[in-house]
Amino acid sequence: MADKPSAAELKDYAEQADAWFKENTVRDPGFMLPLTFMEVSTDEQFDFLRDWQRKVYEAGYLGASWPKEYGGGGLHSEFQRVATRAMKKYDAPIMLNAIGNGWAGPLILDLGTEEQKQKYIKPMLSAEDIWCQGFSEPENGSDLGNAQLKAVRDGDEYVLNGSKIWTSLGDRAKYMILLARTDFDAPNKYAGLSFFLNPMKIDGITTSRIKKLTGEYGFVQTFFTDARISADCLFGGEGNGWSMAMKTLEYERGAKVKPVGGFFVKELDVMEIVELAKNSVRNGKPLLDDPVMRDKMTQYMIDIQALNLNNTRRRMPQLMQDKPMGLPLMNKLARTELIRELTEFSLAFQGSKAGYYVGDENAVDDGYWHRSYLNSFSATIGGGTSEIQRNIVAEHALGLPKTR
Amino acid sequence: MDNLGTIGTTEEQIELMDVATNFCRDKSPVDKVRALIDDDLGYDPGIWKEIGELGWLAIAIPEAHDGVGLSMAEVVPIAEQMGRNLMSTPFGSTTLAAQALLAGGSEAQQAAWLPKIAAGAAATLALREDNGDWDLSNIDATGSVSGDNVSLSGKKQLVLWADSAELIIASVKIDGAVRFALIERSTLPEGSLRRETVIDETARSYEVTLDGVTIPADALFDAGRTRETLEKIELAAGLIHAAEMTGGAQAVIDYTLEYLKTRKQFGKIIGSYQALKHPTVNNYVEYEKARTHLYSAAHSWGEQGRGEVAVRMAAAQSHSSYSTAADRAIQFHGGFGFTHDCDAQLHRRKAILSGALIGDAAYQRSKLANLLFD
Repeated sequence: MADKPSAAELKDYAEQADAWFKENTVRDPGFMLPLTFMEVSTDEQFDFLRDWQRKVYEAGYLGASWPKEYGGGGLHSEFQRVATRAMKKYDAPIMLNAIGNGWAGPLILDLGTEEQKQKYIKPMLSAEDIWCQGFSEPENGSDLGNAQLKAVRDGDEYVLNGSKIWTSLGDRAKYMILLARTDFDAPNKYAGLSFFLNPMKIDGITTSRIKKLTGEYGFVQTFFTDARISADCLFGGEGNGWSMAMKTLEYERGAKVKPVGGFFVKELDVMEIVELAKNSVRNGKPLLDDPVMRDKMTQYMIDIQALNLNNTRRRMPQLMQDKPMGLPLMNKLARTELIRELTEFSLAFQGSKAGYYVGDENAVDDGYWHRSYLNSFSATIGGGTSEIQRNIVAEHALGLPKTR
Repeated sequence: MDNLGTIGTTEEQIELMDVATNFCRDKSPVDKVRALIDDDLGYDPGIWKEIGELGWLAIAIPEAHDGVGLSMAEVVPIAEQMGRNLMSTPFGSTTLAAQALLAGGSEAQQAAWLPKIAAGAAATLALREDNGDWDLSNIDATGSVSGDNVSLSGKKQLVLWADSAELIIASVKIDGAVRFALIERSTLPEGSLRRETVIDETARSYEVTLDGVTIPADALFDAGRTRETLEKIELAAGLIHAAEMTGGAQAVIDYTLEYLKTRKQFGKIIGSYQALKHPTVNNYVEYEKARTHLYSAAHSWGEQGRGEVAVRMAAAQSHSSYSTAADRAIQFHGGFGFTHDCDAQLHRRKAILSGALIGDAAYQRSKLANLLFD
């Protein structure tokens, strides 16, 4: 990695990044922007976010610390942190290609061949190639190791049959990181799995959109019917699929970070919620005069501040000695559950107007809070449910025995 | 939000954290903690002497008064480890008395007392009264000035370690205004101290009767600095108790984990049951939040506005986290949890006393809300 920058260099860079995002960030394109990459529903949302990611990449604020030879900026990771901070400061839209940049990219950079890095990284950063993830199956959500999608070797190809589900951006993606079963006779379920960098736009792969509880789209189910892919798509060697999937999940769950920059899930802006609460009335008085609501709101402020500071504390080894995996492993659980609770709580601020939904002219903030609450489940379920996350924290950070 | 702070550590904090971790673990094993429950003094004078020799009482005292010249931020890792090991001594009350002197004491009062405290003399604060109010200005004890003397009257409650303290700093009202009076314990009349039965059996607490106590007028803090003294005491107490409670929460969670990893029922280690596993994770998550707030509060110590927000967040979070973790620890230990022999009750009781002394989580949140929303 590049040398650690001086404070003066970082300050210059921060000023440039601030100026760029101040100038270029479009906050209101005239339609509702997704809060997470899992919610991209309409063509106008997709096109807007794809253009936005390319623009940020071309300006050098995405992948700034990834290797130059594969399309990154080749800078120290501190620069990326500064750039990401600028994005948040100016309330920039999310980065679309989350699975590519957040998970597949780091995996390929860590373990891929030279050829794979040359082929995949740059178009991933520029959002030319969108990536999706084929881990969950209709019958195997939390039990990832039980994946049944079949990949049978036939000469220089594998033949794929089966189905994946909850595939975010699956109908728009060019590639999928795919967990499939290559050996049905392996000594245990994990040993029979293999991992592929799978092309999506081929014969034998079809998708069907799933209508979500919000009424929007965003996920698909993907069907594989005698789909033939080159054996070169195998990643990490046959039978190593479980290990590759676990490495991917370390990125997905935030236990390991290779900062590409940007963010894929818009953080909750506390001040927006405080504003909402301040503008709400109860018994003819400001809602925040109500002692119960006031107390709850204060506890949420305490929670939000703790989680935000946890992100900083994670990088301070002197405060992480006792259970070093604790904060990294609990991050997803704590953050997604808090967002669910808080967005639900925001409905209580709206009084009778909580009855309106997106599309009605009387809806508060165009139904943003309702939609946020219903969408919040995508994160408390996706990537391993909160219940699975609790098992992970218990077993890997606290040393409790496995639940079987 | 402007008045939310960040987190950071100092080299001295980290150094003290290492030393305190080992010292408190070695000097305060739980069988010793339990033996001290039946001891009148309530602590080991040898260890108290060592604490003085380590310079821990001098940490947040300026060099001009023979202190180390650091701040409450560096007291935090020590108090945290004391709480973690249930090590009860007059450390907290003495540290708070020093902070009160720094906030409200005259140059002469500071010069008279701070070097003594830095060298190991115990001291304490007498703030609470029979009304049970956490508002430190709601008091009835009085002082009446006549000439060069002040006659005190009334009662102060929950005065920690009063029998060991050389100095008691009591709040009284003089002409309707709150003032602080420096009382040398050796001057108290016979029978002024009554040992109270407090829920935390590892602590010692006294009711102090002020009737018949006379102090020289120059043993009062300056009338003009009452407000900042009250604020400083509240925040220093919040921080030091937050540190103890955070350490305690860590300990009670670890204690419970040990049990969950060894106890078998229905042929299985009980920690493999999600009904026990998941709430334990929840308690652990709340503890980590508390520790993050604690070191954020230490980092923001002394900063206008955000310092108070951070301390109250730490106090609220640590009190709720410690209380819940200890409550669940009793439950998860089953029948054994209901016994005096189970250490979970030591923590549950300690959390109640801490909340009683500084204001519980709900009280801290109510003060926080004023800072955040108004």
